[in-house]
Amino acid sequence: MSILVLAEHHDGALAGATAHVVAAAQAIGGDIDVLVAGENVAAIAEAAAKLDGVSKVRVADAAAYAHQLAEPLSALLVELAGDYTHVLAAASTNGKNVLPRLAALKDVSQISEIIAVESADTFQRPIYAGNAIATVQSGDPLKVITVRATAFDAVGEGGSAAIEAVEFVADNDQSIFVKEALAQSDRPELGAAKVVISGGRGMGNGDNFKLLEGIADKLGAAIGASRAAVDAGFVPNDMQVGQTGKIVAPELYIAVGISGAIQHLAGMKDSKVIVAINKDEEAPIFQVADYGLVADLFEALPELEQKL
Amino acid sequence: MKVLVAVKRVIDYNVKIRVKPDQSDVDLANVKMAMNPFCEIAVEEAVRLKEKGVATEIVAVTIGPKAAQEQLRTALALGADRAVHVETEERVESLAAAKLLAKVVDEEQPGLVILGKQAIDTDNNQTGQMLAALAGMPQGTFASEVVVDGDKVQVTREIDGGLQTVELSLPAVVTTDLRLNEPRYAKLPDIMKAKKKPLDVKSPAELGVEVASKVALLKVTPPPERQGGIKVGSVDELVDKLKNEAKVIS
Repeated sequence: MSILVLAEHHDGALAGATAHVVAAAQAIGGDIDVLVAGENVAAIAEAAAKLDGVSKVRVADAAAYAHQLAEPLSALLVELAGDYTHVLAAASTNGKNVLPRLAALKDVSQISEIIAVESADTFQRPIYAGNAIATVQSGDPLKVITVRATAFDAVGEGGSAAIEAVEFVADNDQSIFVKEALAQSDRPELGAAKVVISGGRGMGNGDNFKLLEGIADKLGAAIGASRAAVDAGFVPNDMQVGQTGKIVAPELYIAVGISGAIQHLAGMKDSKVIVAINKDEEAPIFQVADYGLVADLFEALPELEQKL
Repeated sequence: MKVLVAVKRVIDYNVKIRVKPDQSDVDLANVKMAMNPFCEIAVEEAVRLKEKGVATEIVAVTIGPKAAQEQLRTALALGADRAVHVETEERVESLAAAKLLAKVVDEEQPGLVILGKQAIDTDNNQTGQMLAALAGMPQGTFASEVVVDGDKVQVTREIDGGLQTVELSLPAVVTTDLRLNEPRYAKLPDIMKAKKKPLDVKSPAELGVEVASKVALLKVTPPPERQGGIKVGSVDELVDKLKNEAKVIS
């Protein structure tokens, strides 16, 4: 077995998700190479070389790979895939964008968002918004797989893999990067935070999300939101937790003013401990919450902040 | 410009699903089915492009059993001009769906193809990207804004850290995210008119595509149940439980 892991990186830094994907690769077994593709990515390659279990880091450093556009990146992966039995990436928006394109170009299926490895060709993945778990076996010669990062523990950073340049530069006359508008946040990344506190429609408006900030600061938590809160314009959409947003599995998830629709539960029900604060004691969120507090959030939140 | 929009018949998103006792799959017998919510957004975007004078014709396409024609009729009622049904009773995985759609693209020569970003049953999020690869088109996935300008389309995409805008040469494939638009409802007179709009039926064999997949579904199981929790009476009790019982805060 030989596995290529597509590194996830943002703003010149290796993303935490990559270490989780390497862990999934270790569960499959075999030699693990990491591909770092982008522009000016030498530092990212060095960070990737430190990940435990990595044999080699392959670096494709070219303007063509800046911004991770799917067309050149999938062409690069097609070029390299012949050396591998498996290509893995995080089930991030990048991984989801690029890997199916690679799979189709190689005429193989893609297996999305695996949560467990049973063997080198058999994997578990959630379907129907996480309400069922499918065990699937791939008979394809090349397995193209995205990995749900929260389902695998990150590998350590004691490695010292060799770094090797990839010369291939993809042509791309089909897509051009225009601009990016990234949300600014000093808090931990939502997908990687140990504690997440999320607000829903019950928050009433965007200003009231400030009530979550003090608690988030005390707990070192990331702030999330339900789709209702995003659609109502309270907060930007990259804060959305759920089937169509981010999947999180922190130690502690605090849902405030969130009813608990199945699409939201799909994004957080693998959290270790779930706390629900809601004034409606019939809200479905209480069926999955370890600790439920039936209370008006406008009273409970300031009190909680004070008592932490 | 012709716009091709792909729709999928799936279990209604409000239905709480059941796994079959023999663990072979999810039980879909006598369950309410509907158009996949992301596909509704795709149809809506196509209709808006037509209302702006960008699209001249909208062709809706689906792959699936005979009953999937209901979803095509819905798309026609919402504003699609005609429909193509690739009829098959088999389970069609993303790759085969993309191959079938690529054949339809080949026949129809659309300027833009719009799909939902994922179907809420398989949660794969693959078909649009695979179709783009097979048709040799650029892709604008997870779109929250689509602006067609001459022979280009600017697509604003929802990415993990925020938004990214890319410019693609047409023809291109766009997949819709939830915030692209708010789909309209079909009006009764339009539902009646939709029954008279043309609907072509094709088979995978006619299109020369083998539907069988190399991925076998070994079993489907319910997810692990969470232990029932407790309700606490006060914030004090909550903090105490989190510190001393769950030990998730210090």
